[in-house]
Amino acid sequence: MAEAKKASIRNGLFDVQLWSQGSGPPLLYLHGWNGMRQWPAWLDALTGRYHVVAPQHPGYGESTGLEHLADFLDLTLYYLDFIDAMGMERPTIIGHSLGANIAAEMAALSPPSVGKLALVAPTGLWDDKNPVADIYAMTPKQRHALTWHSVEEAEAKGFIPKPETAEEKSAEGLEQARSLAAGAKFLFPIPDRGLKKRVHRIKTPTLLLWGSSDGIVPPTYGPLFKKSIAGSTFVEIPDAGHEPLLEQPERSLEAITRFLWD
Amino acid sequence: MRFHWFHLMPYQDLPPDFSKQYHSVWVDPPSHLFDPAAGHRMYNEYIDELEFAAASGFDGVCVNEHHQNAYGMMPSPNVIAATLARSTSNAAIVVLGNSIALYNPPIRVAEEFAMLDCISGGRLVAGFPVGSSMDTNYCYGQVPATLRDKYDEAHDLIIRSWTEPEPFAFNGKYTQLRYVNLWPRPIQKPHPPIWVPGGGSIETWEWVAKRDYMYSYLSYSGYKRGEKVLQGYWDTLDRLNIEPNPYRAGFLQLCAVADTDAEAEKMYTEHARYFYDKCLHIAPNFAEAPGYRTLKTIEAGLSTQFTAQAGEDRSKLSWKDFLKDGYIVGGSPATVRDQLKDVIKRLNVGHLMVLLHFGDMPREKVLRSTELFAKEVMPHLRDTFSEWEDKWYPQPLAEQDRRSPVASVGVA
Repeated sequence: MAEAKKASIRNGLFDVQLWSQGSGPPLLYLHGWNGMRQWPAWLDALTGRYHVVAPQHPGYGESTGLEHLADFLDLTLYYLDFIDAMGMERPTIIGHSLGANIAAEMAALSPPSVGKLALVAPTGLWDDKNPVADIYAMTPKQRHALTWHSVEEAEAKGFIPKPETAEEKSAEGLEQARSLAAGAKFLFPIPDRGLKKRVHRIKTPTLLLWGSSDGIVPPTYGPLFKKSIAGSTFVEIPDAGHEPLLEQPERSLEAITRFLWD
Repeated sequence: MRFHWFHLMPYQDLPPDFSKQYHSVWVDPPSHLFDPAAGHRMYNEYIDELEFAAASGFDGVCVNEHHQNAYGMMPSPNVIAATLARSTSNAAIVVLGNSIALYNPPIRVAEEFAMLDCISGGRLVAGFPVGSSMDTNYCYGQVPATLRDKYDEAHDLIIRSWTEPEPFAFNGKYTQLRYVNLWPRPIQKPHPPIWVPGGGSIETWEWVAKRDYMYSYLSYSGYKRGEKVLQGYWDTLDRLNIEPNPYRAGFLQLCAVADTDAEAEKMYTEHARYFYDKCLHIAPNFAEAPGYRTLKTIEAGLSTQFTAQAGEDRSKLSWKDFLKDGYIVGGSPATVRDQLKDVIKRLNVGHLMVLLHFGDMPREKVLRSTELFAKEVMPHLRDTFSEWEDKWYPQPLAEQDRRSPVASVGVA
């Protein structure tokens, strides 16, 4: 079982909820714009070789301190402080969506701080011809339709929360509002905070992983990232949307472990 | 009791099937639907109507700010206010208002408001709305999470620029200015009265109360919803030990007056339907960007009126429906004044803003409704709240010191 705990960063300015498990070299998992409610089960596949740490971003879940982050640079520096505070030396980083964007910024701003990078459907670049979906101007239903390859299966597997009582619904609504608002601070109205000016500085081995039916960040962004990051690898996972690690965990993990253990 | 005449300036020529064919009236209604020649006619008629209201004895004429919106054609209300500052002589020029977080630097608002106060001889009411989520987030790209913080900073900068007599440096989070030194300065001292239109965010109540400003709720959903929002405001004042002076509050109400109740139904139903069906056809996905409402407000169960209404089908509403929930106070002068008397008392509002033009109402009906309201409704309610002092109404120069246009053509 992954251990849930709190960590204090910058003398309590940030009180962070995180899960950790496994032993070995450090691996940081950074979740996407939609948040992370608990330890993601698929990370179990990595705990035999790594000490895996999965924090909630400030403003998500139990993590505090969002008010101290004015922009994406602040968020990136916060995570550089976070790995120092956790004693994670040159961690491998797996990031998803917003989390992959943060990982890319860390690697671009401070190349020596970061080990291998696995970026799953990262935000951060912008292409007028294939715009990233406007997740902040959508009803939940519209968002689900673009997020999942199969909404039906995602519902059946419990990836989409289904509150039942009025109390559960109101708690879920609040949790959603909180996560969306936190992510929007860094992605609204256009998820481009200038990464294209820095992305060439990423020198570490990088895997770009995309679900081929991703309607949030279209897979056309894969080649854009690949072109900007020398020596990177782009892998598309069929029958998966914006959450390939949930919809196709085996295929996705196969690609990730092949890259990490290479 | 004060009465103000409010214009939204809707675009009147939306296609009949607008709410079926188009996604939203706000943010993305395609701009090819706007015919500038029709715009010419509407702007001029609307300014006529505001001038008529001022000449009819209303205490104020009100304009407000909306962007990319087919029911509110005033991205810059200051442009309309400037014409009114010249063409009216006694009414307050109520700009309700400028969304101060949108302007970079925000002293632009301080400057334009000071100009309006000077031109009008001190008749300006300075409205500082946070602004709707559609206007501020979706149309003007502001990050929802920082909008209110930016608003607060803009407010502090504007007030300082109006009140400090010497140049000063302002090192803010969102605005940095080495030399803040306002030319011109407003006539009213220390500054024009500040009215804050709110949409039901609980922090705004306290913010307004602590600064001794006026809070107004611009509701399209009638006095029944209005009562809930204003009660929250009065409870806040009570908690802060501030006297419940009704002039601390304003409320917008759609009204329609005709000779008889039956005549009102005949004259105004279609225009009410245009307003509620087309003008409030707001796509649910634009109702509110995440982070626009604070968690405290969400927890309190208070949604914006747009969130509450978005996506509803209102094309079949009847006149009875409009009257039932208080969306519109309409009928004969006697019906309207009886009902308004009740509304004013129940909400405890000293400033009533009436929307006597709504939807695609043609000019002759607007003028008729306005005339009846001014002559047969207003006088009967004037004395309400006479025991309270209105400290939130402009203090202009003495009449003999005010200039009016030399070649005035006048209206009405």
